[in-house]
Amino acid sequence: MKIKESPSRVAFLIINYILLAVFGLLFITPVWHVVMASFSDAAKLTSHTGIVWWPLGNINLGGYQIVLSSPSILTGYANTAFYVIVGTSISMLLTIMGAYALSRKTMRYRNVFMLFISFTMLFNGGMIPTYMVVKDVVHLYDTRWAVIIPTAISVFNLIILRTGFQQVPESLIESAKLDGASEWTIMFRIIVPLSKATIAVIVLYYAVGLWNSWFQAMIYLKGRDKYPLQLILREILLLNDTGVMTTSADAVKNVQLERKLVKYCTIIVSTLPIMCFYPFIQKYFTKGVMIGAVKG
Amino acid sequence: MKFINDIKKNPGLYLILLPVLIWFIIFAYTPMFGLVMAFENYTPKGGFFGSKFVGFKHFADFFSSVFFGRLMRNTIMISVLNLIFSFPAAIIFALMLNEVKNKAFKKTIQTVSYLPYFISLVIVCGLVATFTASDGAITDLIVGLGGKRQNYLGQPQYFRTIYILSDMWQGIGFSSIIYLAALSGIDQELYEAASLDGAGHIQKLIHVTLPGISTTIITLLILRMGTLFAVGYEKIILLYSTNTYETADVISSYVYRKGLQEFNYSYSAAVGLFNSVINTVLLVASNKLSKKFTETSLF
Repeated sequence: MKIKESPSRVAFLIINYILLAVFGLLFITPVWHVVMASFSDAAKLTSHTGIVWWPLGNINLGGYQIVLSSPSILTGYANTAFYVIVGTSISMLLTIMGAYALSRKTMRYRNVFMLFISFTMLFNGGMIPTYMVVKDVVHLYDTRWAVIIPTAISVFNLIILRTGFQQVPESLIESAKLDGASEWTIMFRIIVPLSKATIAVIVLYYAVGLWNSWFQAMIYLKGRDKYPLQLILREILLLNDTGVMTTSADAVKNVQLERKLVKYCTIIVSTLPIMCFYPFIQKYFTKGVMIGAVKG
Repeated sequence: MKFINDIKKNPGLYLILLPVLIWFIIFAYTPMFGLVMAFENYTPKGGFFGSKFVGFKHFADFFSSVFFGRLMRNTIMISVLNLIFSFPAAIIFALMLNEVKNKAFKKTIQTVSYLPYFISLVIVCGLVATFTASDGAITDLIVGLGGKRQNYLGQPQYFRTIYILSDMWQGIGFSSIIYLAALSGIDQELYEAASLDGAGHIQKLIHVTLPGISTTIITLLILRMGTLFAVGYEKIILLYSTNTYETADVISSYVYRKGLQEFNYSYSAAVGLFNSVINTVLLVASNKLSKKFTETSLF
């Protein structure tokens, strides 16, 4: 059955489609511009005004050559890989342990501990006292652990995971116990496999968070050899210090000339991993919004 | 000694919980006790409990400093303006998408709109800085429309606009997800019943659609109120410069600058504590409100 739409309705629908298409363009154009500019001729790009819709001049991979041979970008990448992999593992281990112990009803005081943990969402010491603890109490200053450990547990993630664990029927745990399984075995062999979807969401939350993190590294790290990618990017993109890309004086001059091009190539090179996983990440993040909304 | 008995009953569980508790004690509760430094002249040597006690000196200094007014104004302005523009924008975007019947078109626009959310903050700010520089693409467009060629990010009068527009660019798509979910949860029979009663599209929007997502809207709005004074320092620190402190500097970025760049540890801890107290009060109040109106709350 086809209902004839009134003229005002048709007008509305057309305007709606056009506006949404414009919004879509607004979201994508900056990204498109960066991609196209990164393949452009350096001199033409420097003198070009407005948005780059198509590579200027011949396709030029020179910018990528500079970026991919830059020692700081490469060590930044390696450091970020370390922070993401090791950091996510530590965060997951601690979060799963906390969520599991606090999901078990046999623990009489679990609500007291829950309050102890949740209270930190409401009030915290803030930036300066936390900094002092990391530096002067546990002495993590200028170590890679300073980027990972102080932010290892997100209370929000712990609560989401705990709620997920509570959905597992108690009888499963009981029968495993009768078979002589230890708490550790029950946690990793029964509860975790049964909560895969929630675990996947939280792994991604932590991993993307660590990938994006720069502030911890900026305040806690002195040695540039430990800098994550985002901190190097900040120097290149925001402090306009393209000199960090290379070490030799000749190359520095070259980079200065191609500064604009190099910036665009840097953006592409450092966003590529996220974009490769984009469909996957998008799916689980979208799922995460709903989990957070229902259970948070 | 019920507690000891509980440990004896669940030794495995307590062993699993222990590292987590230790983490919270070190990284959440020690800093909280460390806030005594706001009432001292903290030195790393003296530590939290061995530094000289000065009472409320740092608070008095802050309240009487010339920066106090500016920081309060900037924090509130950025927060409130961002709320006024970003919050309804996500709802309107979701409502517009909801009217689209062509699945492929809807899916494309959605996917494209989420994209900026997954670009790291450093890169988004890098893009903003590059585009609004005197030779940037956005500046070129402004010049084309008759504007001045200048570095817009370095002008205090444009900082908030740039901050909010880039926030919207990055966040609208992703924020709309929750409204789209609420919209798809509305019973289709309600629309059919409204049609039978002769309701037009606008009447359906007012009497079916908006009431259908009002709980979501109110909950999110109230929770957002709880973070009114918690303007994130990361984006501010990435985007501001000495030129724009006048409009860009918020309490949290000031805490960072005073404490970790100028090493006035105790003073900045005091400013931070002042900000935390306001945040906590607002958060508790907004949760109370949320509980009262919608029966949902964070805790």
